[in-house]
Amino acid sequence: MNPVLKLVDLTVSYERHPAVHHVSAEIPAAEMTAIVGPNGAGKSSLLKALVGLAPRIEGRIECSAKRIAYLPQQAEIDRSFPISVLDTVLLGRWSRFGAFGKAARSDVQDAQHAIEAVGLSGFERRPIDTLSVGQFQRVLFARLLLQDADLVLLDEPFAAIDTKTVGDLMDVIRRWRSEKRTVVAVLHDLDQVRHDFPNSLLLARELVDSGPTARVLSSENLLRARAMAEAWDDHAGACEMPLPPSPVIPIGAKRSGGTSSSHAA
Amino acid sequence: MLYDLLIAPFAEFGFMKRALVACLCLAVGGSSVGVFLILRRLSLMGDALAHALLPGAALGFLLGGLSLPAMSLGGFLAGIATALVSGAIARFTSMREDASFAAAYLTALALGVLIVSLRGSAVDLMNILFGAILAVDDQAMFLVAGTTTVTLVGLAAIYRPLVVECFNPGFLAAMGVKGGLYHYVFLGVAVLNMVAAFQALGTLMALGLMLLPAVASSFWAREVWSMTAIAAPMAFLSGAIGLLVSFHAGLPSGPVIVLVASLFFLVSLLFGSRTSVRARLSRPVHLRG
Repeated sequence: MNPVLKLVDLTVSYERHPAVHHVSAEIPAAEMTAIVGPNGAGKSSLLKALVGLAPRIEGRIECSAKRIAYLPQQAEIDRSFPISVLDTVLLGRWSRFGAFGKAARSDVQDAQHAIEAVGLSGFERRPIDTLSVGQFQRVLFARLLLQDADLVLLDEPFAAIDTKTVGDLMDVIRRWRSEKRTVVAVLHDLDQVRHDFPNSLLLARELVDSGPTARVLSSENLLRARAMAEAWDDHAGACEMPLPPSPVIPIGAKRSGGTSSSHAA
Repeated sequence: MLYDLLIAPFAEFGFMKRALVACLCLAVGGSSVGVFLILRRLSLMGDALAHALLPGAALGFLLGGLSLPAMSLGGFLAGIATALVSGAIARFTSMREDASFAAAYLTALALGVLIVSLRGSAVDLMNILFGAILAVDDQAMFLVAGTTTVTLVGLAAIYRPLVVECFNPGFLAAMGVKGGLYHYVFLGVAVLNMVAAFQALGTLMALGLMLLPAVASSFWAREVWSMTAIAAPMAFLSGAIGLLVSFHAGLPSGPVIVLVASLFFLVSLLFGSRTSVRARLSRPVHLRG
């Protein structure tokens, strides 16, 4: 099957410390892929790199998707902001009306249908600060529905969400798959991954394994992932792998030898 | 009687008329800027920015004397420079933007006071720090009215990206929109308003008419547009009432206007329809669903 996404020797770093380190992998098209790994394994950083939100990446991302939708972790959204559910969902059509255009009546109708599809009928005019975490996640899924993307990236879509909501949102995800869209989700619940996601990518800063979930989530692989050093080593030496020269050295990172074309490891 | 109290001061005195129109302009433009300052959690940074106008205005004063265009241009340039420099400091180091703003504006304020003292008297300094809305002349009127026009048109144009950039900046970035651009356009508009408010209320209180009504409106409204719709009349009423009180009681108008705005804030805090003290205390019975 054709990959929709190809990571080639991808490194994502913050102040020269890599969060994702020399990862090469392929994500199959029209399939559901889970990204799994311990906290600090670089899962979110990987997704951020895919949508261009990572501060600094090395290596290459080859993506054949025309439209990408991205669900950030909830902590990255100001949930106290005075905006209505309908307006939030309508933002999913940004690519159609942009910063200055007018939302068409069909966009508003589609937004209402999306709100219905995630089980929030009647909530259109509610300000988002009155919603529970689960309800707000439904709103964000409605926005994703409106984005009509062929690649959907979900960063911990089910963190702090109850079983009923997870079930409803999983239905939405399965619908995407039946519509031949690619779904990539960062998840922590391994049972759920084994049950619902045929494909997995196990990350522990470095790639542990990627491919069919049954193989990737072997106990041996999981043990390796858990052994990943979580520490941010201030005295890490420069990574020896050859990389293209980079003119920018972020201020604040401790130089610990090596040349500017290397990054700390 | 009521005529003497409310209408006559404005009908009979040209300076009161001009002050009232200036208040109307400052209220309409400034309060919308204030709403966004609050939503972006920039209210204190806005205040810092207003202080940072001082060295520019002082330099204008040094070169051009008490000339409004010179002082306004100087103030505007100083404000923009402060915003850009502190934004750049925050972006290129790990320092947070509020801290870099504080560093920039304290430097600017000290520099400004020093420059004024080089040539001016204490009266000049008081004028710059506290403003003189009753001294608004035609030239200042054009500046204030022009600012309001630019503000309303500008904010209307960038309204949507600005709202999204406040609410969910990552979404904009993922859509490939440069949210930072709108941030800087907004800061430019904010500085313009501070310059306009500067003659009327002075650098220290320039934000009074912008922020107080905006904060007050958040106790009544649930969406950005309704917040601005409530904040603007509140700001104008503060200006009008403040002018009348200062006229009849013989008090300096700037602080009275800001205090009236504070009164609106206090009333909203106590009796507003959402998250106010009353809303918290007076609803002992919870709803059924």
